[in-house]
This record gives sequence, structure tokens and C-alpha cells, in this order.
Amino acid sequence: MIEAPIKEPRDLDGPAGVRVEVVGRTFGRLHVLAGMTLHAAAGEVVAVVGPSGCGKTTLLELICGLQKPDSGLVQAAPAALMPQRDLLLPWLSAIDNASLALRARGSSRADARTAAAPWLERFGLAGFEHSRPPALSGGMRQRISFLRTLLAGKPVLALDEPFAALDAITRAEMQGWLAHVLELEPRTVVLVTHDVEEAVMLADRVVVMSGRPGRALADIPVDLPQPRHRTDPAVVALRERALVALGMTT
Amino acid sequence: MKRVLRWLPALLLLAALIGAWELYVDLGGVDPLVLSAPHDVAKAMYEDRSLLWSNFLVTAQEVLLGILVAAVVGLALAIGIHFSRTLRRAVYPLLVASQAVPIPILAPILVFWLGFGILPKLVVIALVSFFSIVVTTLAALAAVDPELLKLMQTFDATRFRTFRHIELPAAMPGVFTGARIAVAVAVIGAVLGEQTGGSASANPGLGFQINLSLNQSLTARGIAAVVILSLFAIALFGSLALAERLAVPWAYQSRGELSQ
Repeated sequence: MIEAPIKEPRDLDGPAGVRVEVVGRTFGRLHVLAGMTLHAAAGEVVAVVGPSGCGKTTLLELICGLQKPDSGLVQAAPAALMPQRDLLLPWLSAIDNASLALRARGSSRADARTAAAPWLERFGLAGFEHSRPPALSGGMRQRISFLRTLLAGKPVLALDEPFAALDAITRAEMQGWLAHVLELEPRTVVLVTHDVEEAVMLADRVVVMSGRPGRALADIPVDLPQPRHRTDPAVVALRERALVALGMTT
Repeated sequence: MKRVLRWLPALLLLAALIGAWELYVDLGGVDPLVLSAPHDVAKAMYEDRSLLWSNFLVTAQEVLLGILVAAVVGLALAIGIHFSRTLRRAVYPLLVASQAVPIPILAPILVFWLGFGILPKLVVIALVSFFSIVVTTLAALAAVDPELLKLMQTFDATRFRTFRHIELPAAMPGVFTGARIAVAVAVIGAVLGEQTGGSASANPGLGFQINLSLNQSLTARGIAAVVILSLFAIALFGSLALAERLAVPWAYQSRGELSQ
């Protein structure tokens, strides 16, 4: 499905890391983040897990520059967002959805398609270039959504619970797929998820957040090679560690 | 067979209504000058077919062009209001007010400015039908997922490119929905425009003919003209549904069809 990298659309000039230092963010009287700290080195995959409403999405929007912190410091290389739902445009074909970021920067439709075509093939979407989103499976839609974010050419990817809407089997497949893609196409990734197992399967580090106002409770390194197996005792042990940090005793 | 069955309820209801109408006129002692029986209307429709047809063509042209003008103006106003809060505050109340202006007040001014040709009729039709297009288009623009706008921001899209690639296509189903609401009022607008705007031509349109027929005590011919206008409204509504299906197939989900 995926062979050697073809063309790198990324811009790796300058540091490609993410630094979030003791950041606070308040909406009216609602303290969403308080003293949140997170670091991601260039090429590192950092997963952020935490209870619902702990400010994970706000954290991603801060990293993407869509919001400004009320206190603290956010320093991040240019980041592209992958939203929670796939949000593919129903009037565009798979290839036109995938190349939306190129169109957003002013490429012609033909140029954007030419640039995106080899990627669709690498992502196992050959033959579906001209299908509309409703004709595609959930896993395919998610792959196109990821490709759309990847083709923005930003050094940092901000993934907001990318597989939350998929069924368990597809989700497991997509996790293996994403780990594989990131091995071939390394990026700095901040992956927000509520699924501790997903975090351990994909990330180099797992940051555990508290309930609102969110801050980092633990920073767990995952020194395991890919591909990982969810039944591997080391994976299970790390998952337990993260769950304990979340305050969930099993 | 399935097609026939699909239309059966509508046909049965129509037959019942016509039957009741016929019985009411025949047995109820209604003066035929006040209300003609369906068989008289059918007779008038046949006997005056060439007069009705040539006048229908005039009215049909007015309605089609009028809806087109309304769609363009409605879309432009909706986009302007969507982008500018100032424009929204300044213009939106006036748009609502414009719908309360009685056509007979407006008609003399339009004739004075634009003469007796097709232009004053187009203005009247566009005026009565653009409003629903503005409202539904604005609703479609407001319904665009804010997450998509954020996504485009992280893709460094300019405001214009976000509009072109996301908001404008998303607004198109709203334009169609508004146009479908506008169809019926547009036909009434054409009738009002013809009746108040006068005409210098041999075929002044069905609306004008309705007035003439009533003045000449040819009630059946007047009602025949109304029947033709009603059928035209149904045909327009159906064609718009078809056009929507072709132009914005992604939004087509059997919403408000004539027959499913």
C-alpha cells in the first residue's frame, strides 16, 4: 500500500517543534486550561489524553494559532489541523477533497490533482479518486481527511481524535496504518485522543491531562518500536500507567 | 404502473375537487358570471386556446426572467449581508420592509421610469420573489461548519478562497430552496405586474387577460387563465427540483419533492 516516499510536500526550514509553556486559557468564567505545558520535538509524536472537556481541542487550536493564550507561551512551527469529524466536502471528489489545502493556497485544480494523485495511490485509494465522500467507507474518508491535512505541507500535524467516530475494527486498522505512514513521512504530531490504548500504540510520548482546568499530570515516554501490538505486555503496562495517571484504577 | 400509482393520490384529490366544484355551480344556483363550472372553463380553454397560449408565452417569459433576476439579486444580497455586519444592520430591515410594499403603489412609478414593456414586470416579480432566496441562502451560509473555516485557516486560505471553495458551494442549495419558494409568488407577481403595469402590446400576458375577461363578463376564460398559471407554477417547481438535482446532487435528499 505504501512504498518509498515520493515527494516531500513539507517545509522543514527552521525548528519544527512545539512548545506550550504554562499556558492558561479562559472563556468568560470558564477556566479551560491552567498551567498547561507540553513539548514536542521535531518529528516526535505526542499523544494527549484526558477526560472530556479538559481543553484538548483548545490546546490544538492554540498550537495551530487559531487562538491566543491568556497567559503563558505557545511557540509552534506552522501546524495544520485534522478535525474530529472528517468534514469532507460533499460536492468534491476524493482527490479534490484531498488537495483542498493546495487549492486554498491558490493552485489550479489540475495542478492540485497532479500533486495529490500519487498520494491517493500510496494511501490505498487508487480507483476511488473520483468518488464522492458518501460513496466511501469511514476508514477511506478518514485517510482522505488525513491526506488533506498532510498535503498542507506544514511541519506540525494537529490531530483531533481522528478515529473517534470509527467502529472498533476500522479504528484498530487505521491506528496501524497511521503508525506506518508516520514512519515513512515523519512529522511532528500532536494527537489528541480519549483512547489511552490508541495513545500508547501511536505515540513516542503520552501526556496525561487533568480535568478542567486542564494541565499535564504525567508525561509517559513510550520507548517501543513500531509495529506495536496491543497485547504486548509492555504496551499493556504503559496503558495501565496512563490509566492510573488519569485516576482510573483497574 | 408505479409512476401512475405515485400520482394517484394527487389525481384523485384533484378529481374530487373538480367534481365538488361542478356540483356546487350546477346545483348550488351560483351565477356563472361569478363562478363558471369546470366544463365551461374547459370549453373556454379549448375555444380560446390560441389567445391563451400566446399570452401564456408572454407571462412565462416574464416569470422565468424575473426568477433569474431574483436569484442573482438574492444571492448577491445574501453574500453581502453574510460578509458585512454593517450591511446586515443597514439593509436587512429594509429588505423585510420591501415585502410590505403593495404593488399598486409601486406600479405607477415603475411605468413612469421603465415604460409599458417587460422591465416593470420583471421588477415586480423580482421584488416579490427575491426575499425568500436571501433568507434561505443566508441560512445555508450560516450553516457552514465552523470547524471547516478553522481548517481553511490552518491551510493559510484567504477569506476569498475560503468563500470560493467552501461557502459559495455550500450556499447553492439555499439558493435553490429559496427559488422553489419563490416560484408560486413569482407567478402572482407577474399577474400583479401585468394588471397594474398596463401594456401596449397585442399579447399583454395572462394576468392582463384575466382582468380583460372579467371586465367582459368572460368569467370562464379568466378562470381558464388562472388554471394555466397554476399548472405553470407546478411545472416550474418540478423543473427547479430537477435542476437542483443536476446542479447540486450532493444536497439532493428528497426534500420537499412534489412526488417521491
